[in-house]
Amino acid sequence: MKVVIDAELCQGQGRCFSIAPSIFDFDDLGSGFVIGDGTLSPETMDLARLAQANCPEHAIFIEESP
Amino acid sequence: MTDKPPVLDFATDFDHTDPEWVSDPYTIWEDLRQRCPVAHTDRYGGAWFPATHAGVSAIAKDTVNFTSRDVIVHEGRPTEEDLPSPIGVAPPITSDPPFHKVARRLILPAFSPAVVNALEPQIRALCATLLDDIIFEGVVNASMDYARLIPPSVIRQMLGFPEEDTEMFIKAVHLITENVDRPQEERIELFEPVEAYFTRQIEDHQENPRDDLTTFLLNAEIGGEKLALEHVFGTMILILVAGIDTTWSAIGAALWHLARNPEDLARLVNEPELMPVAVEEFLRYYAPVTMARLVNADMEYLGCPMKEYDWILLGFPAANRDPTVFKDADKFIIDRAENRHVAFGLGIHRCVGSNLARMELQVALEEFIKRYPRFELANEDNVTWAQGQIRGPRNLPLRILR
Repeated sequence: MKVVIDAELCQGQGRCFSIAPSIFDFDDLGSGFVIGDGTLSPETMDLARLAQANCPEHAIFIEESP
Repeated sequence: MTDKPPVLDFATDFDHTDPEWVSDPYTIWEDLRQRCPVAHTDRYGGAWFPATHAGVSAIAKDTVNFTSRDVIVHEGRPTEEDLPSPIGVAPPITSDPPFHKVARRLILPAFSPAVVNALEPQIRALCATLLDDIIFEGVVNASMDYARLIPPSVIRQMLGFPEEDTEMFIKAVHLITENVDRPQEERIELFEPVEAYFTRQIEDHQENPRDDLTTFLLNAEIGGEKLALEHVFGTMILILVAGIDTTWSAIGAALWHLARNPEDLARLVNEPELMPVAVEEFLRYYAPVTMARLVNADMEYLGCPMKEYDWILLGFPAANRDPTVFKDADKFIIDRAENRHVAFGLGIHRCVGSNLARMELQVALEEFIKRYPRFELANEDNVTWAQGQIRGPRNLPLRILR
């Protein structure tokens, strides 16, 4: 499974990188992005889901890895 | 205010400055959600108020059918001349796409998490100094003597205005923000000293550029051209109005809550690591900011016959209490783990200063409870709440317990 941020939906609410700084970071404009390729381990899955559940813009998606 | 007729039914005649709405809007909003999710009033020249998360979200994200050219509901229907574009009165909050994106990208870096995080030690020191300055007589006015003084100092510093002007700056700001519902002529009059001060500051920064937001705006360019002076001025006004009594209200409301809920106060004192999660719940439960939009053209929307330039009162605080989105929405849960609150808005106009506001709220609370780990309301009847689109306690006497 991997986590992605839809950059069109992200408005820089700042919740993901506060909750899960090991998975998400922010750019100069304060928009969130996924660190690396976003592949989730069983250990990071819960944290990614928590960040997803706190995004007011519903911009975070957890998908099956191709 | 007092000369207005009382509201008989908030579904058909709402008024966000009515004393009942000011003292407890939450009961009104829950009632509206159950029987009439979009309220209407003929007051203010005609306005709509969606009480649900779905309604607020739809309008906040719809920049085609709604314009942001005026975001404060006031008496009278706006006319085309009242609504400058594309820059607007206070860009980017009063700008629509596509200009909005350009104006917003310009100032986002000044409020990025990296910049804001670097301010933390200064904000913490400021809070400690303010607490030192309080002449302690058993009761502390936590709104007037603490919360009120934090945001203007931070903003003054970011804009690069002289420290000795702090008091004057604070007074000028409150003159504007506390009088938004006065008639337009009076507002213009109140605004004159602020305009004169800003003009002097802009001139001073033109002569003596330095590392601050004012110089940044004066040097900023759009499409290879320096910003129009009205743009610089408007953005400074925005930062002033949006960055001050909003955060003041958030800090005050959180302290009001802690004064009335000793179990929550004790948890924050004993579990400081809980603070970031608690801050989000304070923001959800006591979201201070209600925005506004104008309808762009006659249309049927959310089942309502909306007319061009009808106001939309955009209640993010009401959305935050919608039980279809938040479990136990009417309960304050200090460790609420899943919290998709919309205190900073939704869509392209998300509060540019949200990172700063969060930081100020968190640091202000941490420093206050470090100094005063136990307190209660000194007199519930003496607590007053701001009226209008920003909600927070203005008078907040707290009795410090030993």
